[in-house]
Amino acid sequence: MFEIFGVPSQALFGQLLLGLINGSFYALLSLGLAVIFGMLNIINFTHGAQYMMGAFVAFFLLQYAGLNYWVALIVAPVVVGATGVLIERLFLRWLYKLDHLYGLLLTFGIALVIEGLFRNQFGSSGLPYQMPDLLRGGQNLGFMFLPNYRAWVIVASLLVCLGTWFVIERTRLGAYLRAATENPTLVRAFGINVPLMITLTYGFGVALAAFAGVMAAPIYNVSPQMGSSLIIIVFAVVVIGGMGSIMGAIVTGFGLGVIEGLTKVFFPEASNTVIFVIMALVLLVRPAGLFGRGV
Amino acid sequence: MERVDPVAIAPVKNEGRAETIAFIVMVAALIAAPFFVYPLFLMKALCFALFACAFNLLIGYGGLLSFGHALYFGWASYLTAHSAKVWGFPPELAILTGVATAAVLGLAAGALAIRRQGIYFAMITLALAQMMFFFALQAKFTGGEDGIQGVPRGTLFGLIDLNNQTNMYIVTLVIFLAGFLLIYRVINSPFGEVLKAIRENEPRTISLGYKTDRYKLVAFVLSATLAGLAGGTKAIVLQIASLTDVDWPMSGEVVLMALVGGLGTVFGPVAGAFVIIAMQNYLAQVGQWVTVIQGLVFVACVLLFRRGIVGEIANLLKIKL
Repeated sequence: MFEIFGVPSQALFGQLLLGLINGSFYALLSLGLAVIFGMLNIINFTHGAQYMMGAFVAFFLLQYAGLNYWVALIVAPVVVGATGVLIERLFLRWLYKLDHLYGLLLTFGIALVIEGLFRNQFGSSGLPYQMPDLLRGGQNLGFMFLPNYRAWVIVASLLVCLGTWFVIERTRLGAYLRAATENPTLVRAFGINVPLMITLTYGFGVALAAFAGVMAAPIYNVSPQMGSSLIIIVFAVVVIGGMGSIMGAIVTGFGLGVIEGLTKVFFPEASNTVIFVIMALVLLVRPAGLFGRGV
Repeated sequence: MERVDPVAIAPVKNEGRAETIAFIVMVAALIAAPFFVYPLFLMKALCFALFACAFNLLIGYGGLLSFGHALYFGWASYLTAHSAKVWGFPPELAILTGVATAAVLGLAAGALAIRRQGIYFAMITLALAQMMFFFALQAKFTGGEDGIQGVPRGTLFGLIDLNNQTNMYIVTLVIFLAGFLLIYRVINSPFGEVLKAIRENEPRTISLGYKTDRYKLVAFVLSATLAGLAGGTKAIVLQIASLTDVDWPMSGEVVLMALVGGLGTVFGPVAGAFVIIAMQNYLAQVGQWVTVIQGLVFVACVLLFRRGIVGEIANLLKIKL
């Protein structure tokens, strides 16, 4: 064991790893928010609740159906994404012609309802979720101990993020999406079903949140309020990165996770607030955000 | 473009008269109310009514949705409670300390938040409020989870004993009415007209030569200061300051109050605050369901009646309230 800046390397790398884990969640969630905002012009306040629902679906599957983590990783995003589609069809679509702020207020209300219902049913204390057998244990890398599950979370979320980036920026479907973001009327005139695309985009963004929720379940406990504090941090991440760029959301998410992890080592008192402080600094220097276009 | 108020209220007749009548009715009702309703409930509702009016000044007239108003309410509440309890300040100075705190915080947060618009503005105010929530959680003087309890009400100006419930009610009512009238004056002043112009079309207002950023900042600081007045008064009335006051659900609650009553109406936030506080009071037995019901009210308001209670009435009677 050796020391870096007077901090044992184990602690430093351990926190860096935790930072990367948090960063993966920030990246997945802010990516979902950016995708939804691009298409619907709505900031999805329900995102935190949907992340929590993902974790709960995984919990239900294991508890009542005996279906394991790997099944949950596919099923939970689909199920929660479907509820997202329902929310879009029932509520959100009435708001597209109104000020964006109403979307924020509506999704905030939905988030209150969902979190309230879960809290009534399951109380505030967390429920444990078993780690999948395959990913138990870890590797000793010499300078630190790397738990397998944590390595998996980082790799898997990186893959999902990059996959999303690839689909949106490099495929024909993504091209339609980007075009519809710029000018929905014109894209409709070309015979593309834009309302359907909007619905599915919302469903997809929600599914990303649920996916993050399933991955978070074995690390943090499954609890009704796991999403509400996280979503506010993700908002700050989104303000820092700007929602104009998909890659920007991913980079900012991981980057801020790492910075937060490092703060935990060198200045633990500030670890809760460091992201907000960075947000304030970015607003002073680059009001449009690091990757933002316009205000 | 960036319009919050969805409906310009249709033909207005007898402008100003309806407002005067409504104001007289409101004052009469508030004077009579303590004979019929539990005074502590009324005082709490009045504090929140002032809070909601302060919030409404920003969104209803400036088109700025702040999702972090708990920051000013809560910190003013903490500083008032601390200065009254630990430093032994009389109530008027204690409240003033809270108000000054809120003004300074409003200046700092406002200067940052007005650098972005619309949805970003909402997210920035929320994030800054959350940052200050963590400070409140860690700071020693706030008492963490316990908050500051048993705040002495003291004697106002060395003359009026606030431990007497009637005195406390009158003082709260006077503070509320002063804040209410100040807001009314502001929105009907040239300053208020510029604010409305910014809400309707900011680029055009800029091209007319107004420094819109300054107007927005002044409005923000004013709103934060009045939210602080509400928070400080609340700390004296209920004799407690706690984490609930600075946490994000409080920011959501004040949005809900203004929304239920009617965004951009003068009387709406007052009605909304009374409705929401009454709802919390009578639903206290059902515990956690309050959150669910509040969420449903949010959804219903946004989808079905965006004008709010007072806005709907004003629209029906074709008057301005």
